[in-house]
Amino acid sequence: MSKQPKSTGEILLDVRGLTKVFGTLKACDSIDLTIEKGEIHALLGENGAGKSTLVKMLFGSLEPAAGEISWNGSQVTITSPGQARSIGIGMVFQHFSLFEALTAAENIALSLDDDTPISTIAEKARDLSEAYGLPLDPYSLVGDLSVGERQRIEIIRCLLQEPQLIILDEPTSVLTPQEADRLFETLERLRSEGKSILYISHRLDEVKRLCDRATVLRHGKVVDHCDPSKETAASLASMMVGSEVKQIVREAPVKNDDSEALLEIRGLSRAAATQFSIALRDIWLSVNAGEVIGIAGVAGNGQGEFFEAISGEVLQDSAEVIRIRHKGAGLLDISGRRQMGAAFVPEERLGHGAAPAMRLSDNLLLSRHATDGSAFLGSLGVIRTDTISQASQKIIEDMDVRKSAVDPEASALSGGNLQKFIVGRELSREPSVMIVNQPTWGVDAGAAAHIRQALINLSRSGSAVLIISQDLDELFEVSDSICVMHDGHLSEPVPIAEATYEKVGLLMGGADASAATHAGGTA
Amino acid sequence: MGTLEAVLLTIATAATPLLIAAVGELVVERSGVLNLGVEGMMVMGAVTGFAIALMTGSAWLGLIAAIIVGALFSLLFGFLTLTLVTNQVATGLALTLLGLGFSGMLGEGFVGQPGVKLASVYIPGLSDIPLVGKLIFGQDPVFYISIALTAAVVYFLFKTRAGLTLRSVGDNHGSAHALGISVIGIRYMAVMFGGGCAGLSGAYLSLVYTPQWTENMTAGRGWIALALVVFASWRPWRVLAGAYLFGAVTIGQLHAQALGFGIPSQLLSSLPYVATIIVLVLISRNKRLTMMNTPASLGRPFVPDR
Repeated sequence: MSKQPKSTGEILLDVRGLTKVFGTLKACDSIDLTIEKGEIHALLGENGAGKSTLVKMLFGSLEPAAGEISWNGSQVTITSPGQARSIGIGMVFQHFSLFEALTAAENIALSLDDDTPISTIAEKARDLSEAYGLPLDPYSLVGDLSVGERQRIEIIRCLLQEPQLIILDEPTSVLTPQEADRLFETLERLRSEGKSILYISHRLDEVKRLCDRATVLRHGKVVDHCDPSKETAASLASMMVGSEVKQIVREAPVKNDDSEALLEIRGLSRAAATQFSIALRDIWLSVNAGEVIGIAGVAGNGQGEFFEAISGEVLQDSAEVIRIRHKGAGLLDISGRRQMGAAFVPEERLGHGAAPAMRLSDNLLLSRHATDGSAFLGSLGVIRTDTISQASQKIIEDMDVRKSAVDPEASALSGGNLQKFIVGRELSREPSVMIVNQPTWGVDAGAAAHIRQALINLSRSGSAVLIISQDLDELFEVSDSICVMHDGHLSEPVPIAEATYEKVGLLMGGADASAATHAGGTA
Repeated sequence: MGTLEAVLLTIATAATPLLIAAVGELVVERSGVLNLGVEGMMVMGAVTGFAIALMTGSAWLGLIAAIIVGALFSLLFGFLTLTLVTNQVATGLALTLLGLGFSGMLGEGFVGQPGVKLASVYIPGLSDIPLVGKLIFGQDPVFYISIALTAAVVYFLFKTRAGLTLRSVGDNHGSAHALGISVIGIRYMAVMFGGGCAGLSGAYLSLVYTPQWTENMTAGRGWIALALVVFASWRPWRVLAGAYLFGAVTIGQLHAQALGFGIPSQLLSSLPYVATIIVLVLISRNKRLTMMNTPASLGRPFVPDR
């Protein structure tokens, strides 16, 4: 794709010395940032580098402790998101600011200040979503939508306000390559219309491809400026981390015809629970010891339902539909399956993977008391506080979880750090079957590499690992075979040596396997 | 006037105070605030309404004063829970205890005094139609206000932008704040609306239901109103249905007691509670609707990060 920066050199936003202090932590330390009209400006940095804090100040949801913001050449104080919107700043949040009990259209209406009727907004949203290739049913209830679909609402909502500057926080992390391409076309179109975009992403390839300039943050300070197109992904990553990011090591699995299948799924079907969920249709899959199988698919094609079925959140009709270590597990609940040696990491961290208001050590106990009760509970079920805190501190060290207190509440951790803790919590049981849904969603490059390596290492030590992800780069990096889920069907596993982005992308779009194989052959 | 007509009229009179207080509390809870002080605000409204009506001779002035006092009393709750971020449950309970005690003190001189009764509506001709005339055209004005109030709250919550904003605050105050909605401001207004409704409901008791003042005259109706809101899964028309069902079974069991069926009176007295709970639980089995209507932020404290 050719890059045609339409930048005129005119300054839209000029930030000088912006500082924000939380307690003793300087989340943003005297940050300077300049955004020109008609440019896509990348903001790079690890989790906790201060990116979110910075954009929240620009959007008026946080008040800076010091610093100046000038907008279109005149000094402004942005005191509220409403004011930010009125001067022309729009934002797509990383942690969605959506209301689950309301419809998509109502969610959009809430960020528009005028009193346009909901039906008009719904029509506008539908038109805009079609124009920009982000399909959306305005009358669907947000609570029923997948993360990918929720993000579409956020983007549409932002575009409806016709802003001059659009702040996008991790916009592509839940999109398919094709959807991401369409988003990039949208962003390039917006740039050609003279609009500016502040783009936060952990995906350095797309930053390289899309962005005109980049500002790199580390520990709340600006450490570098660059033209991403002149850098490599590795050099960008080392600017962010401050040192080289470790390359993932994936040795080919030991080929062994009689390696045992630790997880077998035999004809799993499941009717749609609500009108918004996807029915699973006759899924067969087996994951061998020492193998990582990746499941790709566009958000909302049954991955969530599939995970619920294997993890035991939803039981099957017959025990033999799901077999863990050669025994039928279809009638067992989550604890039952965990006791058979399986471990699960759900997609949603807060509320599903961890109890937000509870400390990390409590979260460890919560997930382990049923399987490893004897280790953590004394006589009469009294909690062994010291054992539990030692175990949680070990996970924190092993996974390099960065936190502000010794044993913070789960909700106090950034998304990436919480995910490291949850994955570490499951890994520390040394499970023989590990099932992970979206292992690195919203996690920075360094932490993602750490998690991926840990999953590969687990498989190479003789466990079966199943990874459901919307991040194709990730699946190509860690998987030995890739299956694609589309509309509740699961494709045959494609060995990684034969898999191409195009082939997997076509399967994700619903092409049947033979056509995809053909395309893969010609690619 | 036939017996049936009389029974129906008393049902409406029993249901109206429950409906007004519950609809007010529904708006409060839809904004994400749990105010357990309904009973206290009601009893403050009852004593205020009675006293002002007695002093001025106007039941209407009594009603208006009760609304103002109910709203002011709820403002105390709002200041404590919203500005000082105290625990909503504990503060609500304290408000009820304070209201019961304070109203007893204020009303000491009024015990046993004959009160002022709010006149019923009378439309010549229409009100005289047999059976339905008095039921439809001849009730007390607050009865009509309570129905109109329910309709107005439905319209406000589900048809206006302001109502949508209020529901969004109750669903996810963090997101609402991120969008620039004034969470605290909206909650203050909702709390005061609930207080005004509770005050009106209390004054109904001392100006229409039984035009006199006795200590603790609300007799737990504030708690019934709170329960109705939850069992009606935060939907106004269901609150109305619940209030009337409760009123009907209450009046029915009184008549049953008078007729002497040989059923222990304690059992009959508990009937309205049991019947209302069973019916409202049955109609709120649709989990999806319940999910859509339950304010997810209910009772959770909100501190904006600035």
